[in-house]
Amino acid sequence: MRYGTTIKVPFGPQHPALKEPECFLFEVEGDFVVNVKPRIGYIHRGIEKAFENNTYMHDLYLAERICGICSHAHTVAFTQTVEGLVSLEIPQRAQYIRLIMAELERLHSHSLWVGIAAHEAGFDTMFMYLWRDREMIMDLMEEISGNRVLHAINTIGGVRRDINDEQANKIRKYLDKFEENIKNYIKVLETENTFLKRTVGVGILKPSDAIALCAVGPTLRASGIKNDVRKDDPYLLYDEIPFEVITHDGCDVFARTIVRCEEMLESIKIIRYALDHMPKGELKVKAPRTFPPNESIGRVEAPRGELIHYTKSNGTSKPERYKVRSPTLGNLASVCKTLIGAHIADIPMILAGIDPCFSCMDRILIKKRS
Amino acid sequence: MSIKKWARIRSPWLIHFNTGGCNGCDIEFVAAITPRYDVERFGILLKGTPRQADILGVTGPITMQVAHRVLRVYKQMPEPKFVVAIGTCAVSGGAFKDGYSVYGGVDTILPVDVYIPGCPPKPEAIINGIVKLIEKIKG
Repeated sequence: MRYGTTIKVPFGPQHPALKEPECFLFEVEGDFVVNVKPRIGYIHRGIEKAFENNTYMHDLYLAERICGICSHAHTVAFTQTVEGLVSLEIPQRAQYIRLIMAELERLHSHSLWVGIAAHEAGFDTMFMYLWRDREMIMDLMEEISGNRVLHAINTIGGVRRDINDEQANKIRKYLDKFEENIKNYIKVLETENTFLKRTVGVGILKPSDAIALCAVGPTLRASGIKNDVRKDDPYLLYDEIPFEVITHDGCDVFARTIVRCEEMLESIKIIRYALDHMPKGELKVKAPRTFPPNESIGRVEAPRGELIHYTKSNGTSKPERYKVRSPTLGNLASVCKTLIGAHIADIPMILAGIDPCFSCMDRILIKKRS
Repeated sequence: MSIKKWARIRSPWLIHFNTGGCNGCDIEFVAAITPRYDVERFGILLKGTPRQADILGVTGPITMQVAHRVLRVYKQMPEPKFVVAIGTCAVSGGAFKDGYSVYGGVDTILPVDVYIPGCPPKPEAIINGIVKLIEKIKG
């Protein structure tokens, strides 16, 4: 039914469905969205400028604070970029430890997201179950790095802490339990009517649109496209480890949920393989404090998708330019496309579907002319 | 103790606002309401609207663009209202205090009752901070 007139509905910056301040202005006709205007920039902290004012060693800790959920992915990308400036090779054991932390972080991020998705669908029991199990992963990360959220385990030239046998056994034990629970939750999510009614056929992103709008990560893989930096452009030791790239042909929010759930199972396999094949050896090599003029790029598969860091050095201990391209920015155009034509009630579900992390993304400052 | 105060200290309802944080404090804040820590057993509930909340939990440094928004959320809360600054960024601006688009800690624009330092603070620390606030309300 056409009403002929549209109403503007603001969504955010303070909204129960968004944990971060970001504003979306929806034009709605009746019950359907006809146009979306995202207004980004509320969390702009000037982090790229801050990079230029600090030394590389300080920037490592600043990179961690770009995003609290995928903090390890940011430091992996940072170290990869800075080590790339002088082609520094880091020891194998350090690469394995980085990889194990990266996969543990993927587990925590995905379980967090599946919980949030269940919560948005009104299935709060699942939210509580997943967040309970997520605490196991948080315990493991605290055991290995000393911190629950910002791990600070990477350093330029290697890692700062080792994983001993006792910790490795604890990881194996916890992962067995976690895997069993996740398999159970997948079964529940695939059969639970409340969840299916809210997700199947909601937020359709066609494969052609996904490519045209530069979607990344699980959002792209849920549209049936095999794309994963870990396979396409292997970093760390991902080329030595057997794992599958999970895809789903559903193209909707349900597909995104299942992709993330199954990626968790793959991550568990990767961690087990890495723990079994980790060689003994050094944890880090000596890295220079100043870097000769050069340019470098680091590509990492963060839990939300492809993350790119770029740096340009000028022979001093501070970078001349630092640039971060986060996965949420890649997904923002596609989510605006999927929102058009959606019911108003489905907005939180679709927005949450890309696992938005706005603090990674905000790089602009909008000033009104006085 | 008046009946109002008695009711208030048994059901301090929270609203959470991220003013430019990195999500680290936010996930620890949400972790505090989930089964491992479960603050609901103390009557603490997370609310979606400022009009139902007694306590404003702020995470992150105050960025220029979000400052008037957080003031608006604060003004919409009914009296008496309390502000908790969660995490080092909210306490002092943290790593971002020198940024060109950051004002600094929450106390640059709002009166703060409890500061919870940490980057990010553990859920136990957040619960401890709120318990301290409840003691302060008791007077």
